[in-house]
Amino acid sequence: MRSGKFCVGSEKPDRRSRYRSTRDDTQSGAREEGGTNRDPAPFSGPSLIMNGWNRQKQDRDARLGAAATSASRKIVAADQAKALLEAVIRPGDRVCLEGDNQKQADFLAECLAAVDPQRIHDLHIVQSGLVLQAHIDLFEKGIARKLDFSYSGPQGAAIARALTGGRIELGAIHTYIELFARYFVDLTPHVALIAAVEADHAGNLYTGPNTEDTPTIVEATAFKSGIVIAQVNRIVDTLPRVDIPGDRVDFVIQVDRPFYVEPLFTRDPAAITETQILMAMMAIKGIYAEYGVTRLNHGIGFPTAAIELLLPTYGETLGLKGRIATHWALNPHPTLIPAIESGWVQQVHCFGSEVGMDNYMSARPDVFFTGHDGTLRSNRLLCQTAGLYACDMFIGSTLQVDLMGNSSTVTTGRIAGFGGAPNMGSDARGRRHPSPAWLKAGREAVDEPTTLTRGRKLVVQILETFGDKMTPNFVETLDAVAMAKDLHFELAPVMIYGDDVTHIVTEEGIANLLLCRGPGEREQAIRGVAGYTEVGRGRDPVAAEDLRRRGIIRRPEDLGIDLLAVSRQLLAARSIEDLARWSGGLYRPPSRFRNW
Amino acid sequence: MIAAVQIGRADWYEASARDRIAGLLDAGSFVEFLGPEQRIMSPHLAQFDLTGAFDDGIAVGRGTLDGQAVLVAAQEGRFLGGAFGEVHGAKLLGLLRGARERPPRAVLLLLDTGGVRLQEANAGELAISEVIHAILNLRRSGVPVIALIGGRAGAFGGGGIITACCSRIVVAEHARISVSGPEVIETNKGVEEFDSRDRALVWRVCGARSRYLLGGADGYVTGSIAAMRKAAAAMIADVPSFGMTMLQAEQQRLTDRLHRFGACRDAPEIWRAAGLPEPDRVGDIDDEAFLTMPRIAGADHDAR
Amino acid sequence: MEQFQLQGKAVRRAGGTRRQALTGVNASGNLEILVERVLADHECMVEVTTAVAGFRGTWDAVAQDFFTRASPGGLRFSINDGGARPDTVMLRLLQSVRLMEREP
Repeated sequence: MRSGKFCVGSEKPDRRSRYRSTRDDTQSGAREEGGTNRDPAPFSGPSLIMNGWNRQKQDRDARLGAAATSASRKIVAADQAKALLEAVIRPGDRVCLEGDNQKQADFLAECLAAVDPQRIHDLHIVQSGLVLQAHIDLFEKGIARKLDFSYSGPQGAAIARALTGGRIELGAIHTYIELFARYFVDLTPHVALIAAVEADHAGNLYTGPNTEDTPTIVEATAFKSGIVIAQVNRIVDTLPRVDIPGDRVDFVIQVDRPFYVEPLFTRDPAAITETQILMAMMAIKGIYAEYGVTRLNHGIGFPTAAIELLLPTYGETLGLKGRIATHWALNPHPTLIPAIESGWVQQVHCFGSEVGMDNYMSARPDVFFTGHDGTLRSNRLLCQTAGLYACDMFIGSTLQVDLMGNSSTVTTGRIAGFGGAPNMGSDARGRRHPSPAWLKAGREAVDEPTTLTRGRKLVVQILETFGDKMTPNFVETLDAVAMAKDLHFELAPVMIYGDDVTHIVTEEGIANLLLCRGPGEREQAIRGVAGYTEVGRGRDPVAAEDLRRRGIIRRPEDLGIDLLAVSRQLLAARSIEDLARWSGGLYRPPSRFRNW
Repeated sequence: MIAAVQIGRADWYEASARDRIAGLLDAGSFVEFLGPEQRIMSPHLAQFDLTGAFDDGIAVGRGTLDGQAVLVAAQEGRFLGGAFGEVHGAKLLGLLRGARERPPRAVLLLLDTGGVRLQEANAGELAISEVIHAILNLRRSGVPVIALIGGRAGAFGGGGIITACCSRIVVAEHARISVSGPEVIETNKGVEEFDSRDRALVWRVCGARSRYLLGGADGYVTGSIAAMRKAAAAMIADVPSFGMTMLQAEQQRLTDRLHRFGACRDAPEIWRAAGLPEPDRVGDIDDEAFLTMPRIAGADHDAR
Repeated sequence: MEQFQLQGKAVRRAGGTRRQALTGVNASGNLEILVERVLADHECMVEVTTAVAGFRGTWDAVAQDFFTRASPGGLRFSINDGGARPDTVMLRLLQSVRLMEREP
């Protein structure tokens, strides 16, 4: 199975041969155990006839039979969890251990990492996020060997080490939608280990506001004869609402601690700098207002948090209320609270929830998607799709941009994955409905637009020219290229491709890449906002001034922004406490974010 | 809830030392002593490869508050955590000694400090003890010394002790006052004793609301500079006399307090033991509701 | 730590009458600038004390751009730098000139 984009390359014959031999072992072992291998058998006549058309159902029944010794009913005691996993999982299985950048089936992850590697080994992990220590342990202990994933965040360095050490055999790094799509084509899980807030005795699940990936994982597993095991915080008689019907859930385990949720989208306004405020002001005036962007997604960086906090202040003074930023595909960013409370935001659909925001969203059902029980319903697949097809703009931060506008969050020795940004931050070539912002962007990109000229999604990268410790954020070559070479990837991990990027915003100005004609102009436009980095200082000053005259590069003064007005006083909230106040006490931030 | 957050309000917490002084005193009345243009800087930091500040992190001078002559000192909590070094300490000490020779109506100390600068610790420690001495002398001579706390660095280490020696203490919402800071406790006693990253715990133990309810501060203001100005002016007019009777009364009050609450492990236990309403919600209610709350018996005291 | 002076020429005298101004704080990733109106009308100068050695070329590029952009004739800018990035330096320099234009 070497079709993945980021295959371990062919330059190391020793690894390739080891890969082949273990894989063959697994396949033969699987056949002996009753055909766990769900890949279509080679068309060889006899085996097809012998297995019939119901092999997967028979396999499922065999596993459920094996589980009967440890679990006689749907409800399984927590101390029987490991035994259950050892009973239903077979070597070489594809396993989805629910976890993304927010929600984690952490108890089940720890149970799986504790199984006997003699009994269960060589698993193929197919899941959104490799985030917990237990996820890494699976590979360190040999319980799992192959990996297809999307996001790693805090474990980026550990994954890089395990790859280098040969303990992870990487299929590919995906975007969220891409991985979900493969669940239904060639990466369908044999076993899914998921998390929910509550279950009833029939196995119906209430996922609470953090529904996220669960429906997608269960859909792929349960309807293809797989086994679904859920960890839940509580078992109750009656659920507030049913997010997952019980006939798709095989086992439920009540755990004495709630499943973990990372407050990834909480940005403390106290940490927003004046430089970020300046960039935010330029973006609002030079992009949001110019294109009339109403439907959008924001990344999680501080510059976009600054934009959210400037809408009710700076945006208000520009008279933009109701004209921009009304409809969102966005996680419930606490920094959006002032804009919501000021009447800027009409609707928000969420990938997941955010720690502390649940009561606030329940009290704002006109804005958020909520169930009849009153709590948020999130859905990562659908919200990613919304971000891809129904938004006119993505704006997000990145760590590195090259001369063609390619951007990457890979830094030396870390594989952070993609998450959903490339889905938001790419032009949807299948889009057919027009909108003013989309059409304007499309028409700027060509000299003589016609009714055949398709629109473009605005894909905006917003970043400071330097990062921590004077690391330049503009580079000739992305670190991702060197990493791809070291790890023998066929494709360097690029977060947003340059040909999808329409604007780059730095503290020095805005570069409109749509208006550039040819790669030479494009490079000069990028250099022209790259500040005092080597890339920026390598600009042709005459060309940069020419681009500025044509409005391709715009400086703060070109946009009429007074530098003395650039102040934290402009932020509608300057602390987490201010956000809690804006919410009328409904937002309850995690303790580590408090300063009162 | 728009009224709950004032957009564009000048926050004490956010402001620089000089901005705090400018907003606290009558407009344009501040005259700085040894201003930054004189470049009286730390002679020690360069050997640690640290660049200094033109005012060594503290602005001192005179001005008026509602027309009354005051001396004022403001620490810059963002420069080396507002910590005391040799020059920094000498500027504050000189201001306090000068106040004895030409007594103002009051001295206002805008403390914002983590304590002593490690790079010049001996000079810093000496300065703090001399400052304490000078404050007590001033109080004895009848000059009110008012501490105004609410910056990023809080008032920790020697800064916490100096605060406690003042005639009156006003805290703004984000203020923290303590001697050993959360990180110091955690380092010495372990995370089980004190988790410095549990910020709600930090504020429950040394934050403005707890200090105020317990009598560790005399005034509580919302975070604006204007509110601090109003509170400072009110405090000047209402300071206790300073003498043996007062010291004995203060000793008795603290002894009683220790006796009543010494076994409590966290602030809500104190509020519960003291019979305050909704002890677990003290940190969550808004300022208006908080200011209508009763304080524990004896918190509103004249002894300090 | 590194100290150096960067001289420049200005086409005109900086506006306003204020004699001096202080802006920013020397903190990590930040800087303080003391501006004084002490030079001849077409002279300007940035005096730098920085915690991070080895970036004189970048400082010089920032200073020369700043002199061109703001024409701060007559002003001396003394900087205590705690490792501010060039964008922060430029923003603070431009802000400090605006402060000098204000009435004292």
